[in-house]
Amino acid sequence: MQTLGEFKLPHFFNYPPYFTLQPVKDTREKQIQLWKELILEYCRTHKIFVVGLDEDFPLFSNQVIERSLSNEAREAFLSALVSEGRAEWLDKSHRKCLLLWHRIPDWADLMISFVRDNGLEDSVMTVEEIRSGVESRGTELHGMDRTILMRALKHLEHRGKLAIFKGTSADDEGIKFSI
Amino acid sequence: MAGAFLPSAELTASGRPVLKPGEIECSLLSAVDLLSEDTHTFPNLKSGVVILTTLRLLWIPPESTSYANTCCVIPLSSVQNILSAKKSIKSMFQSPRIRFQVAATPEGVVAENGGSRSLIITLVVRGKTDPDSFLGKFWDAWRGRAWVATGSGLGEGEGSSSGSGSLAVRMPVVGLAGILRKEQEMWESTDKSLQDAFQDLNALMSKAKEMVTLAEKMRSKLLSGSNNQSSGAEDEEMGTKDMQDWLLSVGIVSPVTKESAGALYHQQLSRQLADFIKIPLERAGGMINLIDVYCLFNRARGTELISPDDLLQACSLWEKFDVPVMLRKFDSGVMVIQSKSHSDEEVFARIASLIMKPEALVNGISAGDASRTLGVAPAVAKEYLLAAEVKGLLCRDVSPDGFRFYINLFPELNQEDIYMVKDHSRYSTWTRAVLSR
Repeated sequence: MQTLGEFKLPHFFNYPPYFTLQPVKDTREKQIQLWKELILEYCRTHKIFVVGLDEDFPLFSNQVIERSLSNEAREAFLSALVSEGRAEWLDKSHRKCLLLWHRIPDWADLMISFVRDNGLEDSVMTVEEIRSGVESRGTELHGMDRTILMRALKHLEHRGKLAIFKGTSADDEGIKFSI
Repeated sequence: MAGAFLPSAELTASGRPVLKPGEIECSLLSAVDLLSEDTHTFPNLKSGVVILTTLRLLWIPPESTSYANTCCVIPLSSVQNILSAKKSIKSMFQSPRIRFQVAATPEGVVAENGGSRSLIITLVVRGKTDPDSFLGKFWDAWRGRAWVATGSGLGEGEGSSSGSGSLAVRMPVVGLAGILRKEQEMWESTDKSLQDAFQDLNALMSKAKEMVTLAEKMRSKLLSGSNNQSSGAEDEEMGTKDMQDWLLSVGIVSPVTKESAGALYHQQLSRQLADFIKIPLERAGGMINLIDVYCLFNRARGTELISPDDLLQACSLWEKFDVPVMLRKFDSGVMVIQSKSHSDEEVFARIASLIMKPEALVNGISAGDASRTLGVAPAVAKEYLLAAEVKGLLCRDVSPDGFRFYINLFPELNQEDIYMVKDHSRYSTWTRAVLSR
């Protein structure tokens, strides 16, 4: 089976119509479903958080059959993810897209289990420590997008699970867990 | 019905009269009643279409009462006299009438070759058409005696020349009477040369008629020849086929014109087109582009060309008649003529089997490929592919290589498990075809 990096590609990745935005409604809906699933799976495997429409995103072209998605198709598939809450546009012109292969509440739940696993229920950490510290190594939190991390933390703050405060350095914030 | 008194003739499937060789339509009148005042048992034929040809007067029943595709015929050869219209106060308030006398058998049946009795037949013109010009053409056609064999035309010419010969006996040119006679002779000689000139024209016309007969003879010979002959040299067959195409396309001897049909122009044109298109339609696999029809039809008409608008109107009228063809407009705006027996389902089935061939599974098919398999023009083949796409049978692939169609696998793909390939599915067939490449 064909692969893209570590990612295993499905057979239909070599099906040329998969790369042409289908005009017939039923066919197009199914095509969009399949693309949404493939984009999320691929981004999860490669820990990709931001997809730019103008960049060379490996999934959007297939060298074997010499096909690539048009801009219109790219935007259609990402917009479908956005309308389902699995992605967000980062700019008004829809050139960059933030992928949420875990929704924000799911990221928050991952955070809580990370805190519990490491016995950090009442500790203080910085945001950067969560993203790149020793504790998070080997978990999905390691190296995660800062925007998404902040959104998950805000979500937990609303639920009263932690407090966010300005840290010592200007560009970092501290987290006080209270789970 | 009328069959007891009037001979009947066959109509084509679309309600046009089947013309005899050399017969040409002269005029048409709609909403005409045909009746005979002499015989009480004579049927009262109401509001039909009357077609005057060089050989016959045809009365076609109205659409609502279709008498099994037959019409009534009065051969012009049986007409003994055309009566001039009676001018009376009464006639001013009546619908215009055209009355004429025909030969009939003692039983009152209209007879072609003269009969012991005669019968007065009246045409009552109820439509808004002009009966006077019809009457004029009726006179012309009757006097034209087209039913008499062409040979007798020469006989008449000889008769007139011998007549003038007897006049040519020299008289002495004396006095006033002499001058007058000389004047008269001069007149007559100019008249004669004029007549000769027209006779040349007639000779040319009769030659043209022979040519048409010859072409038709060849055509029917070729048609029957190709049916009998099952095998033969390839190019010879091709040659015959070309020749057939040629001859078939010079087919319309008596085109419906605005002049001859008047208000009924589009209706009659529509019927004629329906008859004409049958053979080209069969050859083209049941569907022809409207543009191709326009070319074919006008080529067959020769000089009496019709406008694209006339064609479209004629085709649109088919909805109202019981004809075996129909006009079809595709979503893209392409218009075609299609025979009613031609079924889309059958075409889709053929596309479905074409698209599952290993080569087509891997590389898809283009409109050209489909056109070769289906035996239709590429533009029409493309319409079929697009229709099959809308039905969910196919889906498209647009790339720098072109526009191609593939079997639609999307319904079989599973978004819950993108790696799953169900056994015995089209997807698994496709996967095997791609992997074995």
